[in-house]
This record gives sequence, C-alpha cells and structure tokens, in this order.
Amino acid sequence: MSFVSDSWIITKRQLLQLTRVPEVLIFSTIQPVMFVLLFRYVFGGSIQTGQPGGYVQLLMPGIFVQTVAFTLAGTASGLAEDMKKGLIDRFRSLPIARSALVIGRTLGDALLNILVLFVMGLAGFVVGWRPSSGIAKISLAFLFLLFFGYALSWIGIYTGLAVRDARVVQNVSFLVTFPMTFLSNAFAPTTGMPRPLQYFAEWNPVSTMVAACRELFGLQNQFGATAGSFPSEHPLITSLFYMALIMVIFVPLSVRKYINTSK
Amino acid sequence: MGHMKSVTAENLVKTYDKGAVRALDGLSLDVEEGTVLGVLGPNGAGKTTTVRILATLLSPDSGSATVAGIDVIKHPDKVREVIGLSGQYAAVDETLTGWDNLVMFGQLYHLGKSAAVSRATELLERFSLTEAARRPIKTYSGGMRRRLDLAASLIVKPKVLFLDEPTTGLDPRGRQDMWGVIEELVKDGVTLLLTTQYLEEADQLADEIAVIDHGRVIARGSSDELKRQVGGERLEIVVEQAHVSATARIVETVSGSKVAIDEGLRRVSAPVTTGASALIEALRAFDAEGIHPLDIGLKRPSLDDVFLALTGHVAEEEKPAEPDVRGRKRGKK
Repeated sequence: MSFVSDSWIITKRQLLQLTRVPEVLIFSTIQPVMFVLLFRYVFGGSIQTGQPGGYVQLLMPGIFVQTVAFTLAGTASGLAEDMKKGLIDRFRSLPIARSALVIGRTLGDALLNILVLFVMGLAGFVVGWRPSSGIAKISLAFLFLLFFGYALSWIGIYTGLAVRDARVVQNVSFLVTFPMTFLSNAFAPTTGMPRPLQYFAEWNPVSTMVAACRELFGLQNQFGATAGSFPSEHPLITSLFYMALIMVIFVPLSVRKYINTSK
Repeated sequence: MGHMKSVTAENLVKTYDKGAVRALDGLSLDVEEGTVLGVLGPNGAGKTTTVRILATLLSPDSGSATVAGIDVIKHPDKVREVIGLSGQYAAVDETLTGWDNLVMFGQLYHLGKSAAVSRATELLERFSLTEAARRPIKTYSGGMRRRLDLAASLIVKPKVLFLDEPTTGLDPRGRQDMWGVIEELVKDGVTLLLTTQYLEEADQLADEIAVIDHGRVIARGSSDELKRQVGGERLEIVVEQAHVSATARIVETVSGSKVAIDEGLRRVSAPVTTGASALIEALRAFDAEGIHPLDIGLKRPSLDDVFLALTGHVAEEEKPAEPDVRGRKRGKK
C-alpha cells in the first residue's frame, strides 16, 4: 500500500533530520533530563511523600507526562515551519495521499518520544528512581505515555495548520502546556491548591495520566484525590477515555484542515 | 502532434476574503505542447494564484482548467502525476542534504529506493550540485537552492513544468545560471509555464508571453510583438542644464524620431531601432560639439514600460490582491 509507505518516508525524513542536525536530539533530551535533576534535588528534600524511595518515585511519572505533553508544541511548530518554507506545497503537488504527510509526522514525533523517554528513564535511574511493578507493567506505562504523546500530536497538527507561524505556535503551545502540567498532581500534591483548582487538577488529563503511570510503576496513587472524583479513583480508564476523545476529534479535524489548506 | 494544448485555463476566477479581493478575474490562457509560455505581471497580478490552481494546490471559485488533457478540478491526483512545480521559494527540507531531499522526493514519486538514488545522482550531476550533494541545503547559495528545487520538480520527467518566478531574489549571476538550466530543459521538449516580473526574462525564455494585470490577461504575443507595442529600446542621456537643447537636437538626428525631454532631470530620450550603433553615433556627435553627457545609455523597455504602453498605468508593486495563503512573506525583491 503506497499510503503506508508514503507516510513512512515522511517519518524517515524526520529521523534523518535528527542525524543531520543532532542538536535537535540533544536539546530535546537535555531539557527533560535537566528537569529530572532540578526537581529531584531542589524539591526532593522538602516534599514529604511518605513513599518508600522518596520524592523521585513520584516525580518521574510527572516528568514523563510533562515531556510527552510537549510533543504538542513540537509537532505544531515542525508543521508550521514546513508550511512557511513552502515544503507543504511541494508535498501537496506530489502524487501521494494527502494524509500521508500528517500521519508520517505524528509517527516521527512518536519515535522521537521513545528515544527521549529512554534517556529520561536512564537519568531517573541514576538519581534513584526504582519502579517496583515488574517489566510488564513498566512497559505498559511507557506504551501509555507514547500513546498520550501521539494523541497530543494530533492537536499539534491542528494547531500548526491553524496558526501557521512556528514561533507563535511554539509560544501558544507553551502557554497552554505549561499551566496544564503544573495545575496537576505531577510535581506537588493537589491538596495544597485552592479548592476550585483542586477540581480542575483532578480532571486534568495530565493528572490522570500521571496517576495512571504511578499505579503502573507500582506506587500508591498520591498527590491527588481530595474530592474523591471519578478521574482520581480511576485514572487509567479516564486517561484512555481522554486519549480516545482527542483522537476522535482531532484526527478527522486535522486531516480535513490539511486537505483544505489554502483552498 | 501539431497544435495540442498542454495547458488550458478558461475564465478562472478566484477571490479571497469572501469575495472582497479578486485575485483572478476571468483569466484564460493556454500553452501549446512543447512550448514555453511566460506569464508576465507585477506582484499581486495573479501569477502565483494561476500557477497554484493549475498545479492543483488551490481550487478556483469558477472556471475550468486542464493540464496534459486532464481536468485539474475533477482529477487532481492524475494531474499531480504529470507535473513538476517549482515555486518562488526553494521548497526543500533545509536541514537535509541535497541528496537526502532528492532521494526522499524520488521515493514519494514511488520510484523505489534504488531508482530514486540513481535519479538523484543524475539530477545532482546535471545541475552542477554533485559537490554540494552531501551538504545541508541551508549552506547553499540562493542559486543552488533554486537549482535543487528545480531538480526536485524534475524527478519524474514531467509533461508540464510550472516555474513560479524562478529567478526572483537571485543575483545576476544566479539568474544567468538559472536561465541556462531552463533553456536546457526547454531543448528537451518539456512544456513550460513560467511566471516572471522581468520582461527580459520572458524575452529570453518564452516563445509566447501573456501579460496579466488585476487577474486577467491583458495582452498576448511573442516578445517581438509586445515590444513593437511598447516601442523597443530608448536612447537616454542626462546632461548639464546648458546642453539640454543641443542634446535634443543631436538625439533627434540620430534616432529620427520624436524626442522626450525631462527638464527637471535634464534627461533627453528617444526610441531607437539601431541599438548600439545609435549610441556610438550619438557619442561621436557629442564629442564633436564638446558636450560631456553625465549619463548615457540604451534602456530596454521594462515591465513598467510594457504596462504603461498596455494599460496606461504603471505596474503596481504593493498591491494586496494576492493575500499570501500560507502566511509567509511574499515577493521580496
């Protein structure tokens, strides 16, 4: 099927970019590793977790989720850049399926995430992260993270096509993603937040993802659940629901937006 | 094949901003197989919109178009198999090398890896890019980028090639190189539709020229036919105030036609048909009378002259008739 191979060629293009401009890869891994170190050593000492192994056990799932959440910005700005350079016009004048380009790009960003998560996992291990649930559940957690990133990349496609300017896209996505990751249970207990924010934090997909990963890594679900809401009791199912919802809305929306671009 | 039309466009209309801006206003043109049509017009005249519609990137509001006999609106997929497109901006991946780009595009044309590789090697050789093949595009000069972009549009030998302002933004040397490359292509028999802001370029490359303004074709013909309408070359001399009238007398003798005098600029000019020999003759006469021109030269008719002759108004440079659909800066000169 040429549609599959076309998408794969687009994906390979991104991997090739990484080998031609290794700085991109270096910086996209340095940043999360830096977060691991900063949070581990700045907050690690003062946040009481009551968890064996200390703060880093709770921190790592949070940083994993935060990092894959930034996929949105990566996908969006990459696509906007291609539009600006006129590369999208070239692709659109080729005899290939129009969706191949967007699917290829989301896959490429997912592959990059595998690498980034791997490097972060190693960094976490070095500073004392020890997931205790066994290889099957740990793998499941990473799979889960990849899917979350993949779903967000489709929001990224839509954002990139809608905003069209790589720098603006980067700023906009940052403005959305940053508060989303902090108004959650990722780095600190939600119990310390004002009541309305607690509700928001509990329903926040970032929180449900973090809670789900903590469970899969063999931790008590901590840093949340004051209101006893459904998401905090069933983070895994809620997260799956969120991901499905994002895909159902944004895949058709993005593909249609791409096809109609500059009509 | 005689008089087969490779490209036809009938009454194309394209509006932007809910009809407020008419980028194309009933544009019709055609290109005979194996010939070159130069579409000449200022920024905002509708050149890029025309190319984007013919290359299936944009749908017209109304009107019809065919490329290689295929309906552009009904069968865009089939059109994409037989065209090559190279735009104002080098539409290649700048982080990758020239070689990477051509192999990737080859694969996207479904050549298969080994065929894509050999085609890439061949094209790089042909466009004198072999030495730069393994360098990222961002290290290339403007001319090299354009050549690579052109190479990418030739991977599967297209029946019809669209070049949208192929030399805009290039230095004179890059422009000359590009012209050479395009002339080679034309020799191979490709049907070419090329847009340009430069009369000289259309003159050099095109068999036929269509002048467009405000989204429609306002004149058509060979470059000689158009020039006849415009009046060919002019002899232009700038002198000291005291010598204006003597200069006018000399120019009238040399050119044998009516002289235009711009008192403010102290510039005397007249159309000439004998080119450089008129220039030499005039210089001799000035020397004999002891007049030293501050500036003297033969001026070829510019796009402005063509427009002035055809429309009575000068080409409007900054007209927002073609809003840039992808939000990038357009037409920097």
